[in-house]
Amino acid sequence: MTLDSLKINAKAVITQVNMETVPLKLIELGFIEGNFVELLHVAPFNDPIYVKVNDSHISIRKDLAKEITIELI
Amino acid sequence: MKNIIKIALVGNPNVGKTSIFNALTGLNQHVGNYPGITVERKSGTFKLNESTSAHIVDLPGTYSINPSSKDEEIALKSLFDSKNNDHPDVVVVVAEVENLKRNLLLFTQIKDLGFPCILAINMADRMELKGISIDVTALEKQLDTKIALISIRKNQGLDQLKQLVLGYNELNTLPFLDLKKVDEAHFELMEKLYANQNPYKVWLHHSQQIPFEGIGSVLGSNYTEKSPSEIKRMQQRETIKRYQFIGEALKSTYVIDTSKATDFRAKLDRVLTHKIFGYVIFFAIMLLVFQAIFEWSGVPMDFIDGTFASLSEWTKSVLPEGKLTELISDGIIPGIGGVVIFIPQIAILFLFVALLEESGYMSRVVFLMDRVMRPFGLSGKSVVPLISGNACAIPAIMSARNIENSKERLITMLVTPFATCSARIPVYVIIISLVIPNENVLGIFSLQALTMAGMYFLGFFMALISAWLMKNVIKAKEKSFFIIEMPSYKLPLFKNVFYTVWEKTKEFVLGAGKIILALSVILWFLGTHGPSETFGQVESIITEKHINDNLSEAQLADEIAGYQLETSYIGKIGQTIQPVFAPLGYDWKVSIAVLTSFAAREVFVGNLATLYNIGSSGEDEDMIIGKMRTQVREDGSPMFTLGTGVSLLLFYAFAMQCISTIAITRKETNSWKWTIVQVVFMTVLAYISAMLAYQIL
Repeated sequence: MTLDSLKINAKAVITQVNMETVPLKLIELGFIEGNFVELLHVAPFNDPIYVKVNDSHISIRKDLAKEITIELI
Repeated sequence: MKNIIKIALVGNPNVGKTSIFNALTGLNQHVGNYPGITVERKSGTFKLNESTSAHIVDLPGTYSINPSSKDEEIALKSLFDSKNNDHPDVVVVVAEVENLKRNLLLFTQIKDLGFPCILAINMADRMELKGISIDVTALEKQLDTKIALISIRKNQGLDQLKQLVLGYNELNTLPFLDLKKVDEAHFELMEKLYANQNPYKVWLHHSQQIPFEGIGSVLGSNYTEKSPSEIKRMQQRETIKRYQFIGEALKSTYVIDTSKATDFRAKLDRVLTHKIFGYVIFFAIMLLVFQAIFEWSGVPMDFIDGTFASLSEWTKSVLPEGKLTELISDGIIPGIGGVVIFIPQIAILFLFVALLEESGYMSRVVFLMDRVMRPFGLSGKSVVPLISGNACAIPAIMSARNIENSKERLITMLVTPFATCSARIPVYVIIISLVIPNENVLGIFSLQALTMAGMYFLGFFMALISAWLMKNVIKAKEKSFFIIEMPSYKLPLFKNVFYTVWEKTKEFVLGAGKIILALSVILWFLGTHGPSETFGQVESIITEKHINDNLSEAQLADEIAGYQLETSYIGKIGQTIQPVFAPLGYDWKVSIAVLTSFAAREVFVGNLATLYNIGSSGEDEDMIIGKMRTQVREDGSPMFTLGTGVSLLLFYAFAMQCISTIAITRKETNSWKWTIVQVVFMTVLAYISAMLAYQIL
């Protein structure tokens, strides 16, 4: 599954990041294969999402979250 | 001679870099721009010991040395160019205790450039709260650097940081990362081709076209150019390697005991980003801000107004009568007063903006609003410029800089001037009290106040509509990305808020103020000098004309002043351009006021006061309104009807009438094309809607 379909308060591990489409900044903020990610909040109208990754709290839009493959833990 | 050590202060956004900068320099700081562009450059000096002082530059926050926005790109330039005036002797990398891992990424990058680096771990006072413990000595060893634990709130660690800066020569400058681990073949070849160069600089030179001196194009025939996607993959691998190294370094030196941590953030976030309460709270805060801008600023504004009026009177009574005295008392003093009067409103607005930014709340607003703004081609980050645009479009347009996507940034900058800036307030106040009856609807709502609120709504609404139009016209250069950090909540530091308010207010007074003052003086000159010979004899002509009319001295003086104005340069200009504004319902006096407003709207009221020769009684609003109410057209019908009033309101709501904003748009978009598009679009829209309003009503 991809990060955009993660449920609130669910945790997952990142298994793949599509480097063809995501900006380098996402990697630098800690969206790296093997890192844990937790969904904290979803904004009204279902987008963007607010996650905790790499000890950081980051908000991204769902279109970007679709490019990040995860596995539930 | 004194020794000077040059320091660059570098760090991620939201780590309290500016608090450290403020604590070190105090008022010995200077906020300017980088040459040729409007990226803020903060520098300052402070004493290290008896014989040494430090010159420090606070670079804009960045997550990495690979810039993702314009600010970051410019900020990093001084690190890359050893001939740059800001090129540091030592770099202080500021990190925050809660986010040490991510902060250290930038630290390893900077250190690999070959700088002596000191790590300043900020917000050490939060360690206990978050259950964090750090083995500083062991971490210093792991990172091959010196560390200062800093808490600005508790005033700890700054002296230690100064000591470390003094001893910067002893710091090791060896790189962390062996780039061959990223791509062996490539970096081995690079090592051969650039034998004596720092390998990381060589890599940045190729991956980002950063022109380091001495690293020219020596790539031989045995080098095959890397494609952009290959380079990106290498950068990804490099980042992963760096994080592996950081993970190792922190493994035994940085421990979080989550059982001891209190999660204040989660509780607040649940409320502030709530689907309903989130918006309710946001609108309540906005309401408070507007209330503050209008209500709280009233007293100081009245005081300023009164002071300048009496100052003007006083100079007239003290100085000998003559042209010079008139210039001072009727040109320069009211001109300066016209600038100073805006200080309370601007200061209050920036106070709120600073509080919202400092506390971490602004990021939540961005998060809440992103989805709502997107259909209009804007981003959640556009909310900040659109809100601050209600004070002044100039800083608002500048604040669009942190929008990474170039299309969203451009649209935001183009529509921000529709927001009801504080310069429109005096115009609205006068016109509304002239044409809108002072009645209540439904018992409690004042019709005039509702109209005022409606004008704010109209500005915002028009910004959204125009944004939507532009979204469909402008082509996107890149895919839109939205990535924003949600910082932890913090109690704002008084010092930081104070400096922000101080700097922004100063910027307004010195920047926009110059133009307003210059215009007031020019207008005064044009109004008191005339082209024809009759101009000099106005007094005798009028006196003769009314010789049998038995006018009081004051009435006669008014008549003289009125005729004088009509025959002055400004009168001639007004009569020439009046046909252009005739379809909008303006006479030559209003036309003049509108025309001069094209430099800055705030001159409108003052100019009308001059034009309807209320001059001697000051700029008292009631006086101006009373005078204006009695104005009639040539056919004897009243001048300021509902039609004229609404026409003026719409014109001022939509027209681009601010030279400073035009200048800032030109600078920030770096394009005359978009600047002209903005001016023409806004002004045509203003003209058409004002004309329709006058013709229909």
